Amino acid sequence: MAGALQVRGARVALGGHEALAGVDLDVAEGSTVAVLGPSGSGKSTLLRSIAGLQKLDDGTVSLDSRSLEGVPAHRRGVGLMFQDDALFPHRDVAANVGFGLRMQNVARAEREARVRELLALVGLEGRERRRVSTLSGGERKRVALARALAPAPRLLLLDEPLGALDRPLHDRLVVELRGLFAEIGQTALYVTHDVAEAFAVGALVAVMRDGRIVQVATPELLWAAPADAWVARFIGLQNVEEHGATALVIRPEAVVFRPDPHGDAAVGTGQRDGPLVTLRATYDDGREIVSAHTGLDLPPPGTRVTVEIDPAAVVEVPAGAPG
Amino acid sequence: MGPGHSALTRGRALALGTVPVAFLALFFAYPLATILERGLTSDGGLSLPEGTTALVWFTTWQAAASTLLTLVAGLPLAWAIGRFRFRGRSLARALVLVPFVLPTVVVATAFLDLLPADLQRGVPAILAAHVFFNVAVVTRIVGGAWATVDARSEEAAAVLGAGPLRRAREVTLPRLAPALSAASALTFLFCFTSFGVILILGGPGRATVETEIYNRAARLFDLQAAAALSILQLLAVAVVLTVASVLEARAGDGGALADEGDVLRRPTGGRRVAVAGILAIAAVVLVLPLAVLVGHSLGSWHLLFEETPALLVEPWQAAVYSVAFASVAAAIALVVGGIAAITLARRPPGVLDGFVLLPLGASAVMLGFGFIITFDAAPLDFRSSWWLVPVAQSLVAAPFVVRIVTPALRSIDPRLREAAATLGASPGRSRREVDLPLVSRAFGIAAGFAFAIALGEFGATVFVARAEQPTLPVAIFRFLGRPGAESQGTAAALAVVLAGITVCAALAAERLGDGRGRGF
Repeated sequence: MAGALQVRGARVALGGHEALAGVDLDVAEGSTVAVLGPSGSGKSTLLRSIAGLQKLDDGTVSLDSRSLEGVPAHRRGVGLMFQDDALFPHRDVAANVGFGLRMQNVARAEREARVRELLALVGLEGRERRRVSTLSGGERKRVALARALAPAPRLLLLDEPLGALDRPLHDRLVVELRGLFAEIGQTALYVTHDVAEAFAVGALVAVMRDGRIVQVATPELLWAAPADAWVARFIGLQNVEEHGATALVIRPEAVVFRPDPHGDAAVGTGQRDGPLVTLRATYDDGREIVSAHTGLDLPPPGTRVTVEIDPAAVVEVPAGAPG
Repeated sequence: MGPGHSALTRGRALALGTVPVAFLALFFAYPLATILERGLTSDGGLSLPEGTTALVWFTTWQAAASTLLTLVAGLPLAWAIGRFRFRGRSLARALVLVPFVLPTVVVATAFLDLLPADLQRGVPAILAAHVFFNVAVVTRIVGGAWATVDARSEEAAAVLGAGPLRRAREVTLPRLAPALSAASALTFLFCFTSFGVILILGGPGRATVETEIYNRAARLFDLQAAAALSILQLLAVAVVLTVASVLEARAGDGGALADEGDVLRRPTGGRRVAVAGILAIAAVVLVLPLAVLVGHSLGSWHLLFEETPALLVEPWQAAVYSVAFASVAAAIALVVGGIAAITLARRPPGVLDGFVLLPLGASAVMLGFGFIITFDAAPLDFRSSWWLVPVAQSLVAAPFVVRIVTPALRSIDPRLREAAATLGASPGRSRREVDLPLVSRAFGIAAGFAFAIALGEFGATVFVARAEQPTLPVAIFRFLGRPGAESQGTAAALAVVLAGITVCAALAAERLGDGRGRGF
């Protein structure tokens, strides 16, 4: 499959530290790939290298099979949505959104029509003349997105675009973004440190660690078969038992705590997040195990239980380097 | 276009950078070199005139005393304006600046009118005028710092059990210390190189290095002594300026600054009385000298339109020359200072910043003196050229332009340029579309201040202004030097005109600067 974006062997050293240590990545035409990693893993550097804002020390970036080497940022046809929006404070909403079109010398009438269309797309109809300093956080995001999409970039890059938003707004925008990318068939690379966000937005999730991509998979595959113990812990799988060079990973939804006075474990306090309850139990030998399930019946803390595990939900993975 | 394009931009940038360099080389470095050549003896020593030690001593202690008094007078005002929210606060902030932009000649004239006869000339008059000028420096710098010291850290200290004195000593003072030392250093620098005030209010025998350069060069025609004193002054100023910029740089990074909105509190109870009292006293001290000046000028206004033996032109014409010269000077200062600021802003703050500010401290008198001994022979005989005046004034004003524009340029979020680039803007286009609009306000402010400074410039202008094209400060000085109520009245009237134009220009600039985020 010829990917719209191809990154091969990308290396960048920043201040003696290897920010990108040989990255290979493909994003297929019209799909969204989420790059997921902790801060300092090199995901922003990767994005900036693709955008042309950071020079690669080695490796190549190609878009539609054409190498972007030596092409300056303003000629790459790559859109970038910044973490803190980077809206032009001296221009109104329409001028921000229309900036890229103006750079392409699009005629005024056409430009205005396109700005209207994009504002409608992001749900900001009629706000053309608003000053960006008067916008709410969510509105700013929408303007930033419309601005990045306006020149119809071949590839849209998003650098933690929803950081620093309150949770309900964040969750709503994640859903909107995914729907919008599907609707317009946008090829996109989405960088985030938030697992839920990556899973929600990306058809594929690329997990990054220390300047390398350690796994690329669909969210389901990632959850079912993380590449190693570090990836498992990073994406939120807490039941990781290391045994030398390998580790056993047990998905929490396949763990059931059955109340039993003769059980070998005791449950702790449950934690509810929406429909999902996470329960932690401690075996008499001190090991801990986490169970996740939906439902309203929480055993009171201290209840003795037997732990039942669906063997199909246990995978053996390499222990990997310590994180 | 690719690489060829960027090479072109770099070439253009380089060419752009040479404009201020060439300008400074011809009109700053070259006169300076002439002074060095004249002032240094063959064996490289300085042959300073007799009495130099006393001169330096007086220069130093009057500056130190002025600085101390300015701090005492300025701190309450800094506290009131920096700490509290009240109706008319931004107006008060703007008005505090008025004395600072008033031409020295105007302030000196006003104090002559204000002070009783036995105090008119001498040290008390000098100190009073210096305090009047520099209270603005202390208020703006310290008040600005105060306004961004997070009140919540004081509140946190209070909750943790620190009493008011303890809080002041352990929380507030350490945060203000950099601003205090920076304001002191700047005030000291201004008082150390003060010229018009000393010349007019000093009285006979009272001289600082600055006024003595003028005295030797323009009255005694002892050019060698004037050159030697200029070199001495340059060295002294370099030392003071270095200390000042080090202190100022430290003031700049005083940790994370809070948003003003989180900090300002409404004064309550006793503080309310204190704030009101401080503002009232400040208002009286600000208005009184100017009111007396205006009062004195009444009845003399018709003299502005009569011929006078003091000048080759009618007095009102000095205003026309002043405005014309100052406009040209402001334009030059904007171009030269603006380009210098763009060059400076590309690199992190550092040594170069202080270097650019050298003309600011390098005394104006030295500049004027350098001009007359440098541009007096072919092919650089510019003595009869009118433009020598605006060029000299622009050298005094340009550092202020750099000081205002550079931080504005540096404060532009680099991500805005990156955003422009990813949207298809070339580097040049991005500068035009992003940088320029964002600093246009700073340029407006800089233009206003450059104009105001050029308008009031006296130390350099007094050397290079031609008798048939006097500027207002020079004309005022001529009238003050003549006996008779008519001359004094004319001086007062001219001073009112000069003050009026200057204050209007500065307030217009200040309003422009304050307009950010307030209605549109």
